[in-house]
This record gives sequence, C-alpha cells and structure tokens, in this order.
Amino acid sequence: MRWRQPFTRPVPEMSEYRVQFEVFEGPLDLLLHLVKKQEVDIYQVNLLRIATEFVTYIEQMRELDLEIAGEFVVMAATLLYIKSRELLPVDKQVAVAVEDEDTEDPRWELIRRLVEYKKFKDAAARLQEREALMDSIYEHRPARPELTAPEPVRREAASVFDLVNAVATILKRYNERTDVREIQADPYTVSEKIDYLRQLSVGRPRFPFSELFASARSRAEVVVTFLALLELIRKKLFIAVQTEQFGEIEVELAPTPPAGATPQAPEPGTEGAVSEGALPPQSPPADIVEPTPPRSSDQLPEANPVGSDNETPQTA
Amino acid sequence: MELKSILEVLLFTSQKPLSPIELRDVLNRAADEEGAEEHVKALRKTPPEEIVAALEVLAKEHDAAARSYRLVCVAGSWQFVTQPEYAPWLRSFLGVKARPSRLSAPALETLAIIAYRQPITRAEIEQIRGVAVDGVMGTLKERNLVVEAGRADVIGRPMQFATGPAFLEYFGLPNLDGLPAADELRRIPVQRPESLLTVDNHLATAPAEPTQPELPVDTVDPSVNAPAEPVAEVPPAEPPAPTA
Repeated sequence: MRWRQPFTRPVPEMSEYRVQFEVFEGPLDLLLHLVKKQEVDIYQVNLLRIATEFVTYIEQMRELDLEIAGEFVVMAATLLYIKSRELLPVDKQVAVAVEDEDTEDPRWELIRRLVEYKKFKDAAARLQEREALMDSIYEHRPARPELTAPEPVRREAASVFDLVNAVATILKRYNERTDVREIQADPYTVSEKIDYLRQLSVGRPRFPFSELFASARSRAEVVVTFLALLELIRKKLFIAVQTEQFGEIEVELAPTPPAGATPQAPEPGTEGAVSEGALPPQSPPADIVEPTPPRSSDQLPEANPVGSDNETPQTA
Repeated sequence: MELKSILEVLLFTSQKPLSPIELRDVLNRAADEEGAEEHVKALRKTPPEEIVAALEVLAKEHDAAARSYRLVCVAGSWQFVTQPEYAPWLRSFLGVKARPSRLSAPALETLAIIAYRQPITRAEIEQIRGVAVDGVMGTLKERNLVVEAGRADVIGRPMQFATGPAFLEYFGLPNLDGLPAADELRRIPVQRPESLLTVDNHLATAPAEPTQPELPVDTVDPSVNAPAEPVAEVPPAEPPAPTA
C-alpha cells in the first residue's frame, strides 16, 4: 500500500509556531473549498488536482499537530483510489458501462456526494439568513383591551384602631419637642376643628388623613383635630376608608349626609365607617348632648365624650 | 362585510397568532350569539380553506400596500409582524428580541438536511455531511428543533428524526413547504450528467467541453500534473480493478 505513504511518513519535528488554519466541518467541506478554488462547476472539477490538494492539506494538519478526524483519512483514500485509476493507460482502463454505473464509478459517487452536500450547505446558509432576519421582526402584540369596567377598588372602612395608629404616627413627629415652653391655654377646640375639617372638605370629596394635620403646630392641636375627625365620623358626616392594608387612610364626605343638620341621625353612635364597638362606650350619650353645644358652630357637640379618657385637654 | 376584513380585525386585536381553525371557531361563536344578525350568521361554518384563501389575499394586499408591517403565517398561524428594516428603531424602543443563541454552522447544516429529508436516520445524515453529528443532534433536540420520529423500517430499526415544533417558529416559516428551494432539495437523486460517462479524458471527471475556455491548464496535460504529486510513484498495477 505504498499510496498510503504520505500518512505513514514520520511527522517532522513539532514546529514551534502555529499557523492560522481554516477549519472545515468535514472532508466534504474541505473538498468543496478546494473545488471553489478551482472556480469551475463541481461536475467539471479536476479530481486529481483536488486529490493532491486534499492530501497536502491533511499533511499540513499533521505538521501542525492537529488531530485528523477519521473521515478525512477515508476521503483521502477514496481520492487516491480515484487518482490511481486515472493513472492507468487509457487502453487499460475498463470502459464504464452506461447502465448501473452510479454506485460503481467512485468519481461519480464523489461528485454526487459533493453536489448533494453543497445543496444542503447552501440551504443551511439560507436558514441562517432567516435566523438572522427573525431578530429584526417584531410581532404585533396588542394588550388585551379592557372590555369590562375595572373592578371598583375595594375600600374598607378604616377602623378606629387604624385611625388611632395613624394619628399616633403623626403625634410622633411632635414628640421630639422636649424644650421647655411657656404654658399657655390651649387655643384649640374640637368644634373649631370640626369647622376647619368641614371647610377642608369643601369641593374635595376626599383627602388623605395626614393632610388633616398638615398645619398642626403642636401635639395638642393634632389631638384636637383628631377628636374632631372622630366626631365627624361618628356623626356620619365623614367616613374614613383605607384602600389597602397599611395604606394611607383617606377621609371623605359621607355619601349621603344625614338630612337636615344632622340632629337625629347618629343615634346608634358607634357605627358608621368606624367599626363597631371601636369607640369608647361613652359615646352614646354624646348624641344626646348634641342639642346643647356650648359653642359649636354647626350644632355639633364638643365631642368631649369621645375622647374623654384622653389625657390631652380638648378645650381649654 | 368581507371575510378578509373580519379576519383582519381579529388578527389585529389578537394577542397571539391565530390558526385558520381558531379563526373559524371565532366566526362560529359570533354566529351562535343570541340575536346575531344575518350577515354574522352567514359566516358560520366557513371552511378553513376559505379562511386561508382570504388570509392569503389579505397578506398580498398588505404587501402591495408596502406598509411597515405585514401579515405572515408562521407555523400555520397568522399574525401581523413588522418589516425587518425597521428593526433599528424597534430595537431601541422595545429592546432586543429575546431569542435563543444562534445556531452553529454544523447545527444549521444538520438541521437543513433533516428539514428537507425528514424523516431521516442519523446514519443518512452523516452520509450526507460526511462527519458524525452526535454533538449537534443533542443541541437540536434540546431546543426542540428536531424530534424523534419513529423508527426506520430497515435492519436495526434505527431512530428517525424530523423537525420539531420549534423549527418553523424559529425560522419564521409558514410550513415545511415554505422551506426555500424545497423541491430541489427534496428530490433525492442528483441527476448524473450524461457527459460524465466519458472516460476518455483520464484526468478530470468531467470532460472539458470543447467550447469551454475554463480549466485548460488543469485538463490539457494531465501528465504534467501527475509526477509532481506525492503519489506519483504508485505502481500502475496496484490500483484495484475499477469494477470493484
């Protein structure tokens, strides 16, 4: 098998340098490359020259100490076989039968494989183009149209505890005031603050709880304002709601203000937006007090009963 | 109201591509609504073929109008997509499309062979590619681009492979017939050119056609070439009989 000699030849000493070497997917890929270099149709390619170049390439791979896949060796053998046939004098060559020669003639078999492989390589290139193209195409994806009215936000009535917690947070801001001050009569009254709150609500159906105390200057004022709010809630003039847990409490005008000037409505005393029983038990009497407010501008009581246990004086 | 316009609004408002069957179901449901008007009822039981035909007309109209978007069919479902040339703006507006990493050249080659020749066994793929395909097959299967498709009815009953559900979508193809140059690649036999049968010229496979000016250097004088080659000393007797 002398024709295999190129493969068994001792490898030259490993060279220190490495050459940039085009990598081929396989023997067919390499063959295609060689065919392309000839710049002729695959069908007309000079196979002998290709065979030589193929073997040269493999030798280069060896010299570069690259691993040579078995497929390359098989292909080299095929090529050399083809070449050897061609070296016979013409008159000694066996005439190729016209029929059934497809599998017999190694040249044709090789060309057929090359042509087929080339087609798929081209097809792969087209797929690659499409693959790249898909990066540039965006689908029309509308958001689902809102077909039904949105669920009304569930708004829970804030309990008196929520309110107390909220006001406690606000009071903290005033806690730091430890400086000694002159003691003076508290200028704030619950009924004044009731007026203030009702003023605040004019033209504004709803406002955040914290806003009520935005202008408060002292702890006492916060407390009095808060008591006024409780009173308004108790009277069902205001309601306090909380749209989400631990969310900001909002205060708004009661949907249907009691007819007239609120005299009779608050009978049950402790319900309304403020949850049942949350108010101190003393509240019922407050209703009765109503008709005799000392100085309320709106027939509202001073609301002492509500916060009677509060350590802060509501009115002077 | 024309069918194609109805289909157009359905696709326009749809959040996902719709198949002709899904579109037909919508038409049916609308027709079955209580108090549906006659022209709505009339579209009940519209055959899917008619829907496809209407969609194709619609797609052509959109193409003809040369808008920035068009109607396409991907994997049998229809949708509106943008024209690729607007990608620079969309990319900056919407962000880079989330797509799996690009396939390697061997993977694409293997996939192309499977796509055109499915169902096909691993051995057949390797025959065409000339190299083993184990590695890439794993990748392709993992990405659902290729699936197993039963066993071949030959000795050993080897597993056959076909393109998977992700294939058409990944390449944005309507169906397997939509593969580029499908006819040419599916036709199994590569026609053997008549000219190849000549053995006279003992160098190249192909006889240089007299009119062809190319390759005179290569073909004219084979004997010049031969001695220079490493295998030149092959003894004439050694090559196996050509009839092997």
